[in-house]
Amino acid sequence: MSLVPASLPWLAAHEFRLAWRDALAMMTGGHRVRLLGWIVGGGAVFGLMLLITWFAVRPWVEAGIRIDKQTLAAISGMGLLFWAVTLSQALEAVTRVYYGRSDLDLILSSPVSSARLFAVRAGTVLVSTTALGSLLVSPLVLSLVLQDGPRWFSTLLVILALAALSVAIAMLITRLLFQLAGPRRTRLIAQIVAGIVGAGFVIGIQAAAILSHQGFTRLSFFQSDALIAAAPGPDSVLWLPARAALGEPVPAVIMVSVSLLLLAASICLIAPSYGRLATAAAGLNHIRSRRRPARNDFRPTTQRQALRRKEFKLLQRDPWLLSQTLMQLLYLVPPALLLWVNYGSVSGDGSFIVIVPVLVMACGQLAGGLAWLAISGEDAHDLVATAPLTRSTILRAKIEAVLSIILVVMAPLLLLIGFTAWPMAIIVAICAASAAAASTAIQLWFRVTAKRSMFRRRQVASRAATLCEAFSSILWAGTGALWAGGLAWLALGPALLALGVLGLARLLAPRQA
Amino acid sequence: MPAAALSISGLKKSFDRPVVKGIELTIRPGEFYALLGPNGAGKTTILRMVAGLLKPDAGSISVLGSDALADPVAAKRRMAWVSDEPMVYDRLSPLEYLDFVAGLWQVDPARARQSAHELIDWLGLAPYANDLCGGFSKGMLQKVALAGALVHHPDLIILDEPLTGLDAGSARQVKDVLRSKTAAGVTVIMTTHILEVAERMAERIGVIADGRLIAEGTLDELRTRIGRETTLEEIFLDLVAQSSAEQGKDRQNAA
Repeated sequence: MSLVPASLPWLAAHEFRLAWRDALAMMTGGHRVRLLGWIVGGGAVFGLMLLITWFAVRPWVEAGIRIDKQTLAAISGMGLLFWAVTLSQALEAVTRVYYGRSDLDLILSSPVSSARLFAVRAGTVLVSTTALGSLLVSPLVLSLVLQDGPRWFSTLLVILALAALSVAIAMLITRLLFQLAGPRRTRLIAQIVAGIVGAGFVIGIQAAAILSHQGFTRLSFFQSDALIAAAPGPDSVLWLPARAALGEPVPAVIMVSVSLLLLAASICLIAPSYGRLATAAAGLNHIRSRRRPARNDFRPTTQRQALRRKEFKLLQRDPWLLSQTLMQLLYLVPPALLLWVNYGSVSGDGSFIVIVPVLVMACGQLAGGLAWLAISGEDAHDLVATAPLTRSTILRAKIEAVLSIILVVMAPLLLLIGFTAWPMAIIVAICAASAAAASTAIQLWFRVTAKRSMFRRRQVASRAATLCEAFSSILWAGTGALWAGGLAWLALGPALLALGVLGLARLLAPRQA
Repeated sequence: MPAAALSISGLKKSFDRPVVKGIELTIRPGEFYALLGPNGAGKTTILRMVAGLLKPDAGSISVLGSDALADPVAAKRRMAWVSDEPMVYDRLSPLEYLDFVAGLWQVDPARARQSAHELIDWLGLAPYANDLCGGFSKGMLQKVALAGALVHHPDLIILDEPLTGLDAGSARQVKDVLRSKTAAGVTVIMTTHILEVAERMAERIGVIADGRLIAEGTLDELRTRIGRETTLEEIFLDLVAQSSAEQGKDRQNAA
């Protein structure tokens, strides 16, 4: 069947083909054999998840599912957390619809209606957001379907509804930002909003749990007596999404219909301005920003100092990159809050078992991001490579830049912990330094030549590096938790495993020319 | 006798196939040398090996008497590389960029400041000296990159397609700067597809085809070689066609 050129289905088919090839390239890296690995590996992970969820929901199903206020509140809480992450993803994706340039100039310079293009791209965002959400919950849904009947498929409809709602809200926020902040600032603000919505909501709930219960479990907030008492009765329309998620088909159909209607209305409202705003966003590449002449330029400096200063300047002047990198620091808020709540308590307090791993994990991840920027994200690679200094000097200077930023970020927290319980500060310092050093080493071994603007897609370049970095940070965090909990000998286990992961990363790393 | 500005011997490089097949080349100090060749002939690969950006599979490279493979830092100290894609940071101004380059090459700060301001004036960048390079046109970026190559006073400048994308005025400025540098004894090696530029500016011309140096000499020497009083464009096309025909014959014989 041939599609009418420039029609909505034709554009959708074009988008689908590109998205499919992109996804295939990401998975296989050009080697088709790896697809089999993904299918086998993915199938194994899915099977394992299915097994876990099967046993997790079994007692619940066997006891008979009671739809009371507590269940509805817990499901709504989980739904809200999930929706916050979905909204964050949708905001990022919608921003890319306006700012991503790849083929936009070609299409906008053609006679194709830009409104039609926007509708197709909004649809693509909806499909990708729904697909990711569905993939995540599918083992749980399948377990429930197999044990309690097909009505649980309605949960997937809830995912579709949440995704549609997220995309609609993301489009409205982005459009509003264009109106209020202009194309120059919209991208940055949207990215920050996405980060705050994604991490901030989770952290906010966690903070509420800490402040009300001195605990760390997010869902404990939704199970609290005060909230249950204040919540409306089980028949309230407020519980419609939770009822839909619990397998009731009518609420699910209502939710999907309403959210798809909202999405369609948002597309109709925003699409006519898309061409104009996307063109305005493209014009940003030609805007110059003037700086005051530096008073301290052309100072005597060593080569390493010159490289470090350049790294600091570039990071400081790129608010988007800075926000992307520092967003990980948001995760430090709950432990800092817990520390503040427990400030003054005696050393050995159980809260350190929570604080230490979170700080270590955040440090490892932050170091990984910064190391990629400094080592791989070099916009003038040829210039630095042709400068009269050895490769080791270049790398040393860049690593120094990364570690000094980490030190600046961590020092106040370490100081605060040190005042409360100095042995804990030492544990955090050792484990965080190890996690940061490991992440930096992994980025060094897997270094590639890339533009800084590729930062968001850095994971695509090497999934092995990403996994090694994540596992290394998790293991160092585990080491810190056990050590802080007084189990120093047991802490050796994850520490040795972390070193093993580092060794594996060295083996997997490509040979540098 | 002073050492050659650049001396290449038996240079070879293969990727998935051989791209540089045993190049022999000597360029005298203060010479303006143009390296010509069709797309994919291996020009950029040769120059990237000289600049230390690629490791040769075989052969030797000597820059102003220093073995560039054994002691790359010593060679790099006296050399500058300008690629067709300007190597400039979006979030630095031209002056900050030159400050950074001067730091890498360890130029005396007072001398670097003076050179930077001179170059910025010379290349018509003075009104934009404190603007971030992010919004610059390709031509302006190329001029900033060229200023970066000159701020550390190299003895050998290697330029890969430096005039691509420049308007007539900017191209003139770049050519003037390069002429003045060769007049001051600096060696310039340049690849270009604009044969008119090579014809007017180069003292000697090398023609590369399929990874081999197929001809070399002054414009008159090349004319003598093909036996016609004609333009460099005609000479270039003749030489490349001859080379392709010879290779075709070789392949047939081998088959």
